[in-house]
Amino acid sequence: MTLNRRMFLGTGLATGAILSAPMVWGQAKPKVVVIGGGAGGATAARYLAKDSAGALDVTLVEANPIYTTCFFSNLYIGGFREFESLQHGYDKMAAGGVTVINEMATGVDRAAKTVTLAGGQDLPYDRLILSPGIDFKEGSVAGWSHETHAEIMPHAYKAGPQTQLLKAMVESMPQGGTFAMVAPPNPYRCPPGPYERISMVAHVLKNSNPTAKILVLDPKDKFSKQAVFEEGWAKHYDGMISWIGPEFGGAAVEVRPETMEVVVDGEVTKVDACNVIPGQMAGKIAAIAGVTDDKGWAPVDPYSMKSKIDQNVFVLGDSAAQGDMPKSGFAANSQAKVAAMTVRAELTGSKAFPAKYTNTCWSLLAPDDGIKVGASYEPTAEKIASMDSFVSVTGEDAALRKATYEESLGWYAGITADMFG
Amino acid sequence: MIRGPRGKLAALVLIAATGAPVAAEEIGDADRGANLFKQQCSACHQIGEGAKNRVGPRLNGLFGRKAGSVDDFSYSKSMARMGADGLTWTLDTLDPYIENPKALISGTKMNYSGLKDAEGRAALISYLREFSDAPSNIPEAEPSIIGTDHELAPAILAIKGDPAYGEYLSSECVTCHQKDGSDQGIPSITQWPEEDFVAALHAYKEKLRPHPVMQMMAGRLSNDEIAGLAAYFATLK
Repeated sequence: MTLNRRMFLGTGLATGAILSAPMVWGQAKPKVVVIGGGAGGATAARYLAKDSAGALDVTLVEANPIYTTCFFSNLYIGGFREFESLQHGYDKMAAGGVTVINEMATGVDRAAKTVTLAGGQDLPYDRLILSPGIDFKEGSVAGWSHETHAEIMPHAYKAGPQTQLLKAMVESMPQGGTFAMVAPPNPYRCPPGPYERISMVAHVLKNSNPTAKILVLDPKDKFSKQAVFEEGWAKHYDGMISWIGPEFGGAAVEVRPETMEVVVDGEVTKVDACNVIPGQMAGKIAAIAGVTDDKGWAPVDPYSMKSKIDQNVFVLGDSAAQGDMPKSGFAANSQAKVAAMTVRAELTGSKAFPAKYTNTCWSLLAPDDGIKVGASYEPTAEKIASMDSFVSVTGEDAALRKATYEESLGWYAGITADMFG
Repeated sequence: MIRGPRGKLAALVLIAATGAPVAAEEIGDADRGANLFKQQCSACHQIGEGAKNRVGPRLNGLFGRKAGSVDDFSYSKSMARMGADGLTWTLDTLDPYIENPKALISGTKMNYSGLKDAEGRAALISYLREFSDAPSNIPEAEPSIIGTDHELAPAILAIKGDPAYGEYLSSECVTCHQKDGSDQGIPSITQWPEEDFVAALHAYKEKLRPHPVMQMMAGRLSNDEIAGLAAYFATLK
């Protein structure tokens, strides 16, 4: 096997290691372990197996045997999707040659290049891809602790039973009750997500509980697609939603789960359902592996998604400090392809091409009223930088908004096929 | 930095250490920009945490906002009118303004003769950019780099007709356009005659066809890359 000298990889990182001999025929296949079976990890595992045609030993470690997409979970809350439609299994991935292990990864020894699973098994790797999503910063919202309060004031920011719980809580609010959301500080997964959720909750309440009220308590002074969200809220849910930014106490919020109250700038309000979305950091296994920085995210090389701390480790998606890209499923899927291409080139000598990244995020305001935002990105020496962006604007006609919504349905089918096969 | 023919900032393609072309360039040296700001701007403007209006308005959140739009600042009529006419501060409009404020906005109150050094302006703009929305938090925020002409890439990569490159490029497409040809909200792109495929992508690239996502996707593809994609997608059953 000849080494292809046209390896267009980024500056700096370990070019010496890249050009050293890859695995020789006759030895065991190079091993790649992927931790996290979501938009980043599933895409990476699937592309590695598919494109290497059996030359790589690919293992995917994902604790959940069934994956529930967080993207589109708001549409389930709004009654536009069935819960089962969010769920995807890993059978096609396994049939494509990936070894799927449904266990939690509990340790990473980067010196020995092994991953330890909850059951005690050690998995050796030549390259490790981490895509463990997010975990919550303890103490980020005064009065709320993940362990104690997630069942009382759900975060529903990791899709699954939490999503079903939140939807049930919305539906069982008393007439004229109050739904409160404590929105997260930057950076967090899915910038428009909380506001799409508000739109979906408002849609449910408009039909079943029209005198109910929605409070959004926000530490941020602006949010993605704000103009179009606010236009949509005024148009469809007039008078129902109050957004309270930092100027009026949105950054000084305390919640009291035992008494179902929120305290905003000293003022106490009784709430009937409360969605707390805390501040976030990389999924714990990334910190355990020692690839995160003091901000809680994993710095990566913009040209390849390789960890800046360890040349044999790649970090994708929400967990990565990913420059200008937002933390989204689309972005994770885009980054996964760059990482998979780089890993494959390093281990099998295949061609590596210049990295390209893209993102688009769709949000639903109301039936047939969809909006979107997106951008293209290029790696630079400093970071993955945004180059060209677009966003839905106010005043768009109904036909365009309907088309935008339908586009999102096509995207969901496309990306889940891309992830799971 | 050189001024391109349409007055926009054009950038030289930066060849990184391993010989790979970078399709975009950073605006400038933000550290140098910080020094320039201290020397040339801070007499009148504040920026960053706790910035207030002084002789000039505070410059937080400058990128993407209309000229003359800071709430509690008393602008010249000239600046206010420009803003009302739609002038927005971006990488492209700040450069000529900082070079010679009165050339862009005749009656501006900003008493500054201008910064003639193009690299210095780029450094300053790069510094100013740090105090506006981060695209990671607000994806629609102003870009933080300048795209370069992607036409140079094929000459360097010599990928004309390379099927592997076509397949790699296609990975960007199949997130939305499904490989099995199904058509749900997003049109199918498999089994098109190659000339039709090429014509469609060029129409998006030239912004003849509307649709911002496709204009963006096609805009960063060279003619050879478009041909490669057409060839690849024609083969899918």
